[in-house]
Amino acid sequence: MKITSLDRILLFITGLLAGYQIAIGIDKMDSTSIIAYTIAFGVILVAGLLLIILGFEALDSPIVVIISTIIPLTLSLGLVWQHLASFRSPYLLFTIIGFLAVTLTRSIPIQNKLPIITIAITHGIAGMTIFLLPLILSFQGKVNPLFSLVGIGGALIGVLGILLSFLKTGKPILSRDTIMRVFPILLLLTTALFVAGFKYG
Amino acid sequence: MQAQPPIAHLKSKIILYLPLIKSTQTSLLLLTGVAGFLSARTMVNWVHFWQMIPSLFLAIAGSTILNMWWDQDIDMKMKRTHKRPTSSGQVTRIEVLKLGIIVSVIGVGWALLLNWLYGVVVFAGLFFDVAVYSMWLKRRTCWSIVWGGISGAMPILAGRVLAVGQIDGIGILLACAVLFWIPTHTLTFSLKFADDYNSAGVPTFPSTYGEAVTRFAIALSSIIAAVTMGWASVWIGVTAGVLRVIIVLSAGLFFLAVTTVFRPSDRVNFSLFKYASMYMTFAMFLIIPK
Repeated sequence: MKITSLDRILLFITGLLAGYQIAIGIDKMDSTSIIAYTIAFGVILVAGLLLIILGFEALDSPIVVIISTIIPLTLSLGLVWQHLASFRSPYLLFTIIGFLAVTLTRSIPIQNKLPIITIAITHGIAGMTIFLLPLILSFQGKVNPLFSLVGIGGALIGVLGILLSFLKTGKPILSRDTIMRVFPILLLLTTALFVAGFKYG
Repeated sequence: MQAQPPIAHLKSKIILYLPLIKSTQTSLLLLTGVAGFLSARTMVNWVHFWQMIPSLFLAIAGSTILNMWWDQDIDMKMKRTHKRPTSSGQVTRIEVLKLGIIVSVIGVGWALLLNWLYGVVVFAGLFFDVAVYSMWLKRRTCWSIVWGGISGAMPILAGRVLAVGQIDGIGILLACAVLFWIPTHTLTFSLKFADDYNSAGVPTFPSTYGEAVTRFAIALSSIIAAVTMGWASVWIGVTAGVLRVIIVLSAGLFFLAVTTVFRPSDRVNFSLFKYASMYMTFAMFLIIPK
């Protein structure tokens, strides 16, 4: 499916929001969280620009699975580092191992289901962390209720990730055209929710 | 045949002349000049600022028109350029020369009246582009692009010079960033239109050193441009947040540069070319805010 001008505008706004978050939205955090969030929003920013240039065909590249793992991993690492001090080291270890495992299983030709299981576990844990942690913290009153927007954004990016992963494994839940049609909107909405959640939460 | 009314005649001439100034390229170079001026972060002299824009625009446009005049025979032989007004015969060669001289003289003259050093830098840009790059070296050596790059780096230096009153280290770094960014643009073009350049007899990196070396040169110059831009940004004193954005954008450029060397394809080349332009545009906006 060919990328439209509207898609490009939506992706550009997504990039601007991600750029804003990197430049201003994470200023008062500790350095590890800043690095983690910078990587997460940085991937969104650069990916948005590359999609504007190359169109949706860019998503056909095998490297997309590896790159798209970085977003949930680093975003969840930032959240854990900020709010769950006792889990910092184990989660950092999980982030590194998860990324390496996805990279390895995607780089070496493997016939069994190991690559899919690796992705499911890595995305599953990271995605649930992004979805649940902000919601739990909001319900517990430890953060502003609007911080739960980050969790909603996490749920959305999880849906996007699942749609793309199944598409890449050859068992699409929705048709490729439908996924591409909603992709820029979902990505923008997700980024906007993240930015709003961090700003007002 | 009935003569056109003066206004309609002028309008048709402007429409005809517009492609001669390569509006996208001229706008981007003008943007670098504005960024160079505002990067000084001093009290903005708005009188200087509002005179810099037209003077720099005219000087850049003038040199582009003079290039078109000089390269008419090359443009006629190349598929990419044979429809330009100069090569398709829509405007005469002498008309283009007159227009180029008038626009250049007004631009450089205005620049010199505004500030002599600024005017000298603006003139240097025009001289390197027209005399050194186009007239002297373009048909002789593929290394002519270095001089094309130096001339392209002059607007940002000129803007900086007008704001701070001297040629300083930051100005030179910013100029270097543009200088190393330009090969990404020109070398990608020389890869994409290699046959065109060959048929016109213009020596290029791909025809002299081969595609692999050219790709490596593109990657290397992109990386140097990103590093230089980052260095200049730190020196200018951008905030940590802005620096993070520049680092992220540079990482994207680095990723594409490495990909173009190890997994070369037209598609990757094209994306590096486009991304590098976006990179430079964003970088210019990022170094402006205080």
